[in-house]
Amino acid sequence: MATSPKLDAKIPDGPLETKWTKYRSTVPLVNPANKRSLEIIVIGTGLAGASAAATLAELGYKVKAFCFQDSPRRAHSIAAQGGINAAKNYQNDGDSVYRLFYDTIKGGDYRARESNVYRLAEVSGNIIDQCVAAGVPFAREYGGLLSNRSFGGTQVQRTFYAAGQTGQQLLLGAYSGLQRQVGAGNIAMYTRHEMLDVVMIDGKCRGIIARNLITGELERHFGHAVLICSGGYGNVFYLSTNAMGSNVTAAWKAHKKGAFFGNPCFTQIHPTCIPVSGDHQSKLTLMSESLRNDGRIWVPKKKDDNRPADQIPEDERDYYLERRYPAFGNLVPRDIASRAAKERCDAGYGVGTSKMAVYLDYYAAYERYGKGEVNKRGIHNASADQILQLGKAVVKEKYGNLFDMYKQITGEDPYQVPMRIYPAVHYTMGGLWVDYNLMTTVPGLYALGEANFSDHGANRLGASALMQGLADGYFVIPYTIGAYLASEIRTKAISTDHPAFVQAEKEVNDRITKLISIKGTKSPEAYHKELGKIMWDKCGMARNEQGLKEAIQEIRALKKEFWSNVKVMGDVDEFNPELDKANRVADFIELGELMCMDALDRNESCGGHFREEYQTEEGEAKRDDENYMYVSAWEYQGESQWELHKEELNYENIKIAQRSYK
Amino acid sequence: MSWVTQTFSSSLGRKLIMSLTGLFLCTFLVVHVSGNLQLFNHDEGYGFNKYAAFMSTFTPIRVVSYGLYAFILWHAVQGLWLAKDNRKARGAQRYVVVHNQSTWASRNMALLGTMLLLYIVVHMHDFWYVYHYGDVPYRQYEESLVTGEISSTPYTGQPIKGRLEEYVREDSQTRVTIVKDLYKETTVAFSNPLLVLFYVLGMAALAYHLVHGFWSAFQTLGWNHPKYNPLIRFLGVWVFGIGIPLAFAAMPIYFYIKSLGA
Amino acid sequence: MEGNMNLTLQVWRQKNSRTEGRMETYQLSGISEDMSFLEMFDVLNEQLVHEGKDPVSFDHDCREGICGACSMYINGRPHGPLQGVTTCQLHMRSFKDGDTIVVEPWRAQAFPVIKDLVTDRAAFDRIISAGGYISVNTGNAQDANAIPVAKENADASFMAAACIGCGACVAACKNASAMLFTSAKISQLALLPQGEAERTARAKKMVAQMDEEGFGACTNTGACAAECPKGISMENIARMNREFFVAEIGTKD
Repeated sequence: MATSPKLDAKIPDGPLETKWTKYRSTVPLVNPANKRSLEIIVIGTGLAGASAAATLAELGYKVKAFCFQDSPRRAHSIAAQGGINAAKNYQNDGDSVYRLFYDTIKGGDYRARESNVYRLAEVSGNIIDQCVAAGVPFAREYGGLLSNRSFGGTQVQRTFYAAGQTGQQLLLGAYSGLQRQVGAGNIAMYTRHEMLDVVMIDGKCRGIIARNLITGELERHFGHAVLICSGGYGNVFYLSTNAMGSNVTAAWKAHKKGAFFGNPCFTQIHPTCIPVSGDHQSKLTLMSESLRNDGRIWVPKKKDDNRPADQIPEDERDYYLERRYPAFGNLVPRDIASRAAKERCDAGYGVGTSKMAVYLDYYAAYERYGKGEVNKRGIHNASADQILQLGKAVVKEKYGNLFDMYKQITGEDPYQVPMRIYPAVHYTMGGLWVDYNLMTTVPGLYALGEANFSDHGANRLGASALMQGLADGYFVIPYTIGAYLASEIRTKAISTDHPAFVQAEKEVNDRITKLISIKGTKSPEAYHKELGKIMWDKCGMARNEQGLKEAIQEIRALKKEFWSNVKVMGDVDEFNPELDKANRVADFIELGELMCMDALDRNESCGGHFREEYQTEEGEAKRDDENYMYVSAWEYQGESQWELHKEELNYENIKIAQRSYK
Repeated sequence: MSWVTQTFSSSLGRKLIMSLTGLFLCTFLVVHVSGNLQLFNHDEGYGFNKYAAFMSTFTPIRVVSYGLYAFILWHAVQGLWLAKDNRKARGAQRYVVVHNQSTWASRNMALLGTMLLLYIVVHMHDFWYVYHYGDVPYRQYEESLVTGEISSTPYTGQPIKGRLEEYVREDSQTRVTIVKDLYKETTVAFSNPLLVLFYVLGMAALAYHLVHGFWSAFQTLGWNHPKYNPLIRFLGVWVFGIGIPLAFAAMPIYFYIKSLGA
Repeated sequence: MEGNMNLTLQVWRQKNSRTEGRMETYQLSGISEDMSFLEMFDVLNEQLVHEGKDPVSFDHDCREGICGACSMYINGRPHGPLQGVTTCQLHMRSFKDGDTIVVEPWRAQAFPVIKDLVTDRAAFDRIISAGGYISVNTGNAQDANAIPVAKENADASFMAAACIGCGACVAACKNASAMLFTSAKISQLALLPQGEAERTARAKKMVAQMDEEGFGACTNTGACAAECPKGISMENIARMNREFFVAEIGTKD
């Protein structure tokens, strides 16, 4: 297998350890005077977008930032709960840049690019420094130093956190940096704006068409470079832990204008979510993976056991993760934990009314922490109940907000009964293909954070998404963008009256007009739901050839129906969330087809991609390194037509092994 | 803009003025109530009238009292101005349904304050104005320096200079005090049940105003501390919110009841 | 139909900021008590679309209580009857069959209505822009453990930083005051050694911006803290006052 000539990853030469430091020192620079006349457009204001926009503005570039929310502070990074990894080794437990790099590659089931991941691990420490300096109130120990917790897929404690609201605190930190530059006039912030197309001039990306979501007006914006930081596309499944507004539109428009889409089928299903309660469900809620640190996951040993959890004796419980993976136990990576839960439920051992759930039990943790407290306080002859109460108090301090959230949503008190959890779509490892500079296959068009495909291979480790978003925005793009912009200093700002802008705006306008004029019978929401069902059933936690082929046909039919029968209420020139939704659903439908094609192409099981045909006798994923150790990068060639390009993955610093957590 | 105008024209600065003037008025209340408690003495107004004369003639007190009037006005004007701006901040469209999670008093400080302002005007007219400019009779007290016994009669002699004249008889056995008889004015005024009711309502307004206002002043000053909050809350509720208004309200009621017996 | 609750909804409808709004009444049936309040609105909107009527616009995004987008004034209270909960986390089990529910947008001069229940809360962003940050350019930072922060202060800072910027404090306050929001950010940064350098300037600039946006003053009613879905305490307002007075009195300008 050889890498397609269209995919030049531009990985610097030299040993892995010095690639980034050396490249950083040799990448072309733009002098401060020239930076002032270079305009950069940033789409999305999550961790990647906000940190990139702020940092580029600090450097002196003219930045325009766009978000569809009413404030940049609401980007969905805010909902990340558990933490952010960094190879600081503050706990003196043997962590290092290499170990974080190794864990990430292994966790990603050997489908990520070595050089990018190593760089990620290298800058991880700087991220924590930057965030602390910016006022992020991370959890601390009594000595005043930072606290760490452990997370799935690792054996060291390298996760920094702020209770169960780490994403919120990090985003607000990045957002405050962004707002500081807005106040200083270095960033023009466009809220309630949605990017609806990329404008190409002479083969380079030169701007965007955006829609003002309040007035419905289309706007043209020029930029020497455009950064897509618009997050992932988990909402293609309709139900996911993503925010309602999270969408693929910006990335998809970029894709249709020439940016290749990398590994679209790599989807992460998060093992600890609150199970679906009914048809009305509009989204799923995640319970932080950190809960697996102290909780034990089990199902009854007996099929269709309808007894309440507390009436099932210890020896009739199957702690299946501890049984199958004694080395990592409940802390196996997400893909493995999710599949194991599905396996038990499919086999008929599920719990709850829907039988599509497993227990996450804190009883053992109450006892363990309770005994610890009894010793600490020197209480003799503590009663079992007293121990339990003390233990509950400790758990409350650590996970109180998560427990409250569970109670709020389910109406059950998790301090009294074990929580019920089930996997849900959470993150998409796939995204726009980018090179080492984070540039897509379109010159001048970049993708950062979850919107790109780069660092997590086929499965992302917990607490690594925040790390990647901030690494890309704070410490990578500010350097690597110079490689392109240094050659653009002579390009004057192009007038938005240029025919390419006029043409792009017309295309967007035509599509919107078409959407609203169909006046069919079904709401965009209804189509979204249907698409989600196809994707979840046939391209979800487990996939097979036949199902995927069916899914492609069904999606094509759905697309046809959508474009002839969708009903979009309201007008074009007003605040119209229905129209916004229709625009997004139309793109999700196209993406769904590509995801199925990618899943069909990949005749192996790896990470979040599990093909039922390719598994070991024990039901573990069976990789095919011989034939599939590549990044699939899909080139859009017209409706329902894509060409697959392959980027071969070379592992020079890691010994590839069957991933084992046993 | 100088820092002074900048500070005191800001929302926080204006609240600071409310807080400081309000706390000053609270200290005044303490003085006022402790002096007025002499109305309950069984001395035919001897102590009270002497106290009234002293308060209205001793220069330092008079200076402070003019400050007090200014602070009352400042507190009132600033408060009404804030209330107007606060109303504007809510916007033209009001809520259809409101279930505000706060105490009634805290939401109605401006209303309570306006009631108090009205009260103060009436009160000042009834007593302060009459005392200073009205035709208040004098009373002559004779205090036996041997037994401490006090007797009094309306004074009908030559007009005296000022509000109080005091001398000891030549036999060194009796102190004679001729003083403006505000006590009598009080007795007459509070035989009117409508006025008594008005005063009691005024004190109810004061109670609600202070139950919220006292601790609120500290909060505005930035004094919110888990260690000291209970003390401030206690003083705010029991001393300023209940004790002082109750003591004040007892006075008109006491005189009214007395007038019924007379 | 998933459930058996029947409800009467009275919802504020307003086409845009230039037109007058009014309350409209809708009947809903088959509501399940497991639905979230917003999912109940999804049902209403599906029904309205089906009838060919304009669906109700409302802000919402994460639907897990953290983004701060959702903002409904329900039966006279921001985010509805429960304490410590955003609209999206409010479930229909908090209501009874046959209830009438009145839903209005946040009302404040500084939060003009965009459409129906959607308001413009950009004033909050401008308050942050005025000084709600620590001026540390990327790359300036020293090692994260170089400055220890007393756990007590770090925890208090975090409690203040938990603010989601939803604006319930403004909606709840009879003065539409933004003191709780502004003070939460001032407190977060004042409690950390990292925030020390800009402490006085921050307090002055943020308060000035807050006033300029047209929010009311604070009467210390406490409605803001009582309704805050994240339990931000009024201690923060006291701290902001201290910061501001010390800044105004103690600095050179």
